[in-house]
Amino acid sequence: MRILEGKKLTKFFGGLAAVSEVDFDVDHGEIVGLIGPNGAGKTTLFNLISGAIIPDSGALEFKGQKLTGLKAHLVCRAGVARTFQSVRVFPNMTALGNVSLGGVFGKGMSSAAAAAAAEELLDFVGLAGAASTRAGDLTLAHQKRLEVARALATRPEVMLLDEVIAGLNLTEAGEVMDLITRIRDRGITILMIEHVMKAIMSICNRIIVLHHGEKIAEGSPAEITSNETVIKIYLGK
Amino acid sequence: MIVAILDVVVAGLLLGGIYALISVGLSLQYGVARVFNVAHGEFMMLGALSTWTLNQAFGMNPIFAMAICGPIAFVIGYVLHRTLFKRLRRISPSIGAFEGSSMLASFGLLFIIQNVANLIWGTQTKAYTFMTYPVSIFGALFAANRLVTLAFAVAFGIVFYLFLARTRLGKAIRAAAQDPSTAALMGVNINQVLALCFGFGALMAGLGGLLVSMSYPMQTTMGLEYTIITIIVVALGGMGSIPGSFIGGFSLGLIGSIVTKIEPGLSLAAYYLLFMLLLWIKPTGIMGK
Amino acid sequence: MNRFSPYSFGLAVLVVILLALLPLYGSPYTVILVTSIIMYAALTVSWVMFSGPTGNVSLAPAAFMGMGIYTAASLGKFLPLPLVIVVGAAASLLLALLVGALTLRLKGLYFSIFTFGLVLLLRQLVLWYEVTFTHTRGRFVVVIDNTTIFYVMLAIFVVLLVTAYLLRRSKYGAALEAIGEDEEAAAHAGVNVTAIKTIIFGVSALFMGATGAIMATKWTYIDPYIAFDPFFSFMPVLMAVFGGMATFVGPIIGAAVFGLLEELLLTQFPFYYMLMFGIILVVAITYLPNGLTGLVMKWKKGGRTANHANP
Repeated sequence: MRILEGKKLTKFFGGLAAVSEVDFDVDHGEIVGLIGPNGAGKTTLFNLISGAIIPDSGALEFKGQKLTGLKAHLVCRAGVARTFQSVRVFPNMTALGNVSLGGVFGKGMSSAAAAAAAEELLDFVGLAGAASTRAGDLTLAHQKRLEVARALATRPEVMLLDEVIAGLNLTEAGEVMDLITRIRDRGITILMIEHVMKAIMSICNRIIVLHHGEKIAEGSPAEITSNETVIKIYLGK
Repeated sequence: MIVAILDVVVAGLLLGGIYALISVGLSLQYGVARVFNVAHGEFMMLGALSTWTLNQAFGMNPIFAMAICGPIAFVIGYVLHRTLFKRLRRISPSIGAFEGSSMLASFGLLFIIQNVANLIWGTQTKAYTFMTYPVSIFGALFAANRLVTLAFAVAFGIVFYLFLARTRLGKAIRAAAQDPSTAALMGVNINQVLALCFGFGALMAGLGGLLVSMSYPMQTTMGLEYTIITIIVVALGGMGSIPGSFIGGFSLGLIGSIVTKIEPGLSLAAYYLLFMLLLWIKPTGIMGK
Repeated sequence: MNRFSPYSFGLAVLVVILLALLPLYGSPYTVILVTSIIMYAALTVSWVMFSGPTGNVSLAPAAFMGMGIYTAASLGKFLPLPLVIVVGAAASLLLALLVGALTLRLKGLYFSIFTFGLVLLLRQLVLWYEVTFTHTRGRFVVVIDNTTIFYVMLAIFVVLLVTAYLLRRSKYGAALEAIGEDEEAAAHAGVNVTAIKTIIFGVSALFMGATGAIMATKWTYIDPYIAFDPFFSFMPVLMAVFGGMATFVGPIIGAAVFGLLEELLLTQFPFYYMLMFGIILVVAITYLPNGLTGLVMKWKKGGRTANHANP
């Protein structure tokens, strides 16, 4: 069942098309990988979906409802949450405060209910002891998890993960990959941008490849790894 | 009928010329040096009142006074940037923080300059006469001093445009306005350019004030209204776009003239209405991206 | 910062009680002086309530104060005092909501420059209205005794403090802080940034309007030039920057210092004191970005301080 769909999405910055006529769809329960060289338009696509920017043309649908042009907080409340490539926690608030905020404003919970849910989520992402730590004092790896917890607090049906694994060591990466599958097991559909190929290939059901703002390939991990165009753009010309 | 229209149009251009000149100054300061100088009108006031002093004390013709007031305004602006704003830039964690703190600092400057002026000149309204004889254009009468004002405003505009387009320094300024870090990498002495731009901005405000003093009475509180009008022009023209400010200045002058003809005392309200419309429809301004 | 320890709370209550008894043991002059300081404290705390956490610098306090002053001047003869204050506060609230809805969805600079001109715009509009319709140039304010003014001003200030405190502890306070730290991330966590900013901006304006309404009697004669004075935008900014914006105490200290200074210097050195204040503001922004209280906190903690004072 199609849960998220984009049709001919286009966004120009100045004269350059950051995203050009991109069609994509994501089915409920999938983990879809979004890959491509730097500058391919992956984060821009995320920005279009999450409402951070508005497409110049094209349409976005979530569970059959129009998502195009909706402001970020409304996209979040509708059920689409995201994390950021440059980790953006609220540094002066506690970890618990960060996550509770998502529950209160992303889901409309009372402060008490959101705090309780936040405790559970911190435990779920592996940050159980850090509830009262100032977010800015956490390590980068822990901040990434905190951001995931905050996004989860908004009770999304779709999660956009932007390079959650990049920059982590092998152990940490393995833990996050496990976390991602556990999120999927909770019934949340995932669209993830990643450069760490091993992760993408092992947990994604399907992969979409972007290059210069256009979608150039789509398919299962096996299909993508044997796709000549993809190999060429990654190995260079 | 034609005379009435001409009356309004020319009056609008006269006012607009001054707005354009002063606005280009603010645009330079914000567009390049990223300082939103809310004390800009105070430099204009200083230009006006020092011209008055030169006229009263030495009988000096305001056109000659340009040679004195201009450079002094420039130097004050230049020094201010090199001391205050350069330091603020250094201690600010981001460009956004710098824009905020420099605006607040200029807010402080506003009160400093205005009160220094109060101490020097007092709060009474002052004026001097200069070329007040009427000149006839197509049957409509205009004071010669106002026409001289317009001529100089346009002349300054053209000179500055040529300066930006043709000289090395002008090109450096345009580069710095577009992308300061790259300009710095290309060998442009950024600190120097920023300070020069700030100085030029102050220069234009000072000259604008001098031009105003030729035809209008002045007091130490006159700056604030011009600052606000200039802010609206700069926003209208696209923040930091110099041609936008030039055109915007003339446009606002025309609008002001029309509104004053219909209902005097509502010009600022008309400008603000325009400002609100702009913010509603196209916040980046007419020539902004 | 977010939680009042029982010690601080008790101290605050004690201070309020002492102040409430002031007319009994203080000279009439002292009462007037303290009223003035509380007025400045109210303006500054209101200003910090919004501009502190968000970093959106509002230069409009004079406009909202002016609305309150002019309401009192126009309606003081026809309505009882409490109603005058309510109307003044309501008028300021409405204006703030309008301004906020229009400008707070845009880049911060637009908000600041829009508010900057507001006081002059209102001055011109009110003047035009008076000249065109009511044919009055100035109005005489209904005289109220100083003790009443003192108590009303104190009451407004206490309500403001309680409001500001409750706000900070509430989910809206958390949202405001998140907005200040990372507006876009806050939006993506479901926070309706523009709406929350606009409402808080409105609440802060409400108190400024109320303050103006009661303090109008400071001047027996009001005209648009007296009511709408940019000085009342300058003072809260100066007091907040100097005192520090991260706590409640900072703005109050700033208000006390400059309220006193103004009183001492006003008659002797009318322009010099304003000049001096301007210089202090510039120096404070440059060398004391977190204000006096920020400096103290830095000494105590030996490092990190709350980072909201740099808007």
